[in-house]
Amino acid sequence: MVPLSYYLVLSGILFACGVLGFLIKRNIITIFMSIELMLNGVNLSFVAFAAHWHAVSGQVFVFFVMVVAAAEAAVGLAIIIAVYRTRETLNVDQVNLLKL
Amino acid sequence: MTPQTLSPLLCTIPIFPLAGAAINGFFGRRSSKKAISAVALAFCGLAFLVAVFIAANFSSASAPYSFSLAHWLRSGSFSVDFEFYLDQLSLVMLLVVTGVGFLIHVYSVGYMWDDDGYYRFMSYMNLFMFFMLTLVLAKNYLVMFIGWEGVGLASYLLIGYWFTKDSAAAAGKKAFIVNRIGDFGFLIALFLIIKHFGSLDFTHVFAAVQSQPAETAGAGLLTAIGLLLMVGAAGKSAQIPLYVWLPDAMEGPTPVSALIHAATMVTAGVYMVARSSTIFERAPMAMTVVAIIGTLTALFAATIGIAQTDIKKVLAYSTVSQLGYMFMACGVGAFSAGIFHLMTHAFFKGLLFLVAGSVIHGIGGEQDMRKMGGLRVYMPWTFATMGIATLAIAGIPPFAGFWSKDEILWKAFGASWVYWLLGVITAFITSFYMFRLMYMTFGGEYRGAAVQEAHGHDAHDHGHGHGHGEPHESPWVMLGPLVILALLSVFGGFVGVGNRFEHFLAPVLQPRVLGAPPGFLVHEASPEAGSTLEYLLMAVSVSVAGLGWFLAYLLYSRRPQLPARIAASLGGLYRAVANKYYIDELYAVLFVKPLIDGSTTILWHGVDQGVIDATVNNSATAARHVSDNVRHMQSGNLRSYAGWVAAGAAVVIGYMVWMGVR
Repeated sequence: MVPLSYYLVLSGILFACGVLGFLIKRNIITIFMSIELMLNGVNLSFVAFAAHWHAVSGQVFVFFVMVVAAAEAAVGLAIIIAVYRTRETLNVDQVNLLKL
Repeated sequence: MTPQTLSPLLCTIPIFPLAGAAINGFFGRRSSKKAISAVALAFCGLAFLVAVFIAANFSSASAPYSFSLAHWLRSGSFSVDFEFYLDQLSLVMLLVVTGVGFLIHVYSVGYMWDDDGYYRFMSYMNLFMFFMLTLVLAKNYLVMFIGWEGVGLASYLLIGYWFTKDSAAAAGKKAFIVNRIGDFGFLIALFLIIKHFGSLDFTHVFAAVQSQPAETAGAGLLTAIGLLLMVGAAGKSAQIPLYVWLPDAMEGPTPVSALIHAATMVTAGVYMVARSSTIFERAPMAMTVVAIIGTLTALFAATIGIAQTDIKKVLAYSTVSQLGYMFMACGVGAFSAGIFHLMTHAFFKGLLFLVAGSVIHGIGGEQDMRKMGGLRVYMPWTFATMGIATLAIAGIPPFAGFWSKDEILWKAFGASWVYWLLGVITAFITSFYMFRLMYMTFGGEYRGAAVQEAHGHDAHDHGHGHGHGEPHESPWVMLGPLVILALLSVFGGFVGVGNRFEHFLAPVLQPRVLGAPPGFLVHEASPEAGSTLEYLLMAVSVSVAGLGWFLAYLLYSRRPQLPARIAASLGGLYRAVANKYYIDELYAVLFVKPLIDGSTTILWHGVDQGVIDATVNNSATAARHVSDNVRHMQSGNLRSYAGWVAAGAAVVIGYMVWMGVR
């Protein structure tokens, strides 16, 4: 039986990787993937707790997160395509029109 | 007629002129002058007719009448209503105000006919009547205060009627501001009354005051109220030290001077003091102050009147002086004598002003007496009525002024011979400057041949199209009021014969002091009327008036070159008198300039610009600077936003962890 703390540490590492990638990467696709990584890091902690406490609600949360993430991926990818068509770049530093 | 049927009529008296003012004010611009005159005269005349009707059915037995028009203020046990009140005192005032006021309205039709703002003038005149009647008919101090402030407003509008002329606009402002100073005292007196008696209703307040003993030992609440009321009265009735506005107010058209500065508004202070006689009788110190102020004002203003050359200015100072007599009377406890003089003064001073207007009208707007002279030939009616008015004001029997002035001097003698002496000196000076005015205006030869088109300093005062080759008599619409007022000036004094006037007013003005030491009021102290002493004093004042006449005849008719020589030999004294003792300059240095300087440097530059404006402006500038720096955070760079989000999340999580640890 793998202790709960291992899962949580792994979950934390995944989330931290996601945050780091989100902050330092310039490519929108990579940033997008980093978001997925953060979501999945949280998912992992949810299922770990669900298994540990024998509570099914944790797994329900995970399904919710997955559904929302799927929807978000659909919208997000559509936005990315739209951005690429107009700006012809995926570098976020060059998509900075929204400023004073 | 029962009080129940008579009382409701009271509220119609002020409302008629108000309606006239409203109609002329709103629709006058498009109406013909005939229609405007008809409206103004009809509503003013209606008020007069109602007043006469009430007077005819007045019975002292059922007085006072009162009528409540509407509720006004309700606050706990304190309440003030729009209530009208009629007793002997307000009846006298009512008849004087409506009667003389109506005559002046008639006169104005002739005098102001050619003025462009005719409808405006008539509307203001009616408005003035409304406020004055409200003041006179009020049942409590607050409704009285409406009228009090209202006549202040109306006088401002009328004095500054020719507002395109700087001096007229300034005079209007001066009258308004000086009156405000007096109103300040009046208001504080009202607050004191509310605080201590819980009511402003005359009946309640006076009933409460009556139960109190006289403050003979020291100054107390009633003395304070009395003195503050006197401050208000001094402002409205042009007494020292607040008289300065009245001479300047001669900038208004002459009917205005007659209406405001002779017959009605300036008498409001006297009326108010007489109305509050219950309070004053219990505050001997306040009475003394009133008497002293009145006496000094009478003498002081009369001396200024000697050296004035503007016909209206002479009359203005004479008004101030005569008002001083009225206050002297009130101050020695002879309230009915004061009201009597108020009435006769309304007749002869209204007449004097209207005559002056007729003269000014007749010679094309000239007001300088040095350019008049010999007008008795050109204006016989004006001359005759003027003669009557002059005899009346000088106190020559049997004209109206004699009876009332003599009554006051007699009562003043009962209080102290000092008042009497100063009063007699004033009577002498009055007689002198009035006959001086007569001789300069009507005697000798006409000196104003050069006035053809070079009208004096009052180019507005005529405005009619015909040329002014030589002086001419005024139209009958102007002479009619003159004749009526002249008749009143001759016979008006007879109502006071045998103390009938005093007995009529006695229910209102009778002294009712409880627990006062004997001899405290002159009513009780003065000897029986009709004694040898009274006739002796009467003879003195009449001979003094005759002396003034003779002196004026000597100086201004027999030896017209003499006054200039005397003036030259007096030098500085004459200059001081001619310049009104430099009181205006003194006030300018003492009050006006410090006030303007203080307002400019401290209030304007210091407080307004330095604190209020600075607070607003600086906070706006600070906000702009802060935002200017903060806006750089919105760089459009997605990753910097992400960084802020992450940092913010870190802070929130950190805070929650820290709180959880605690």
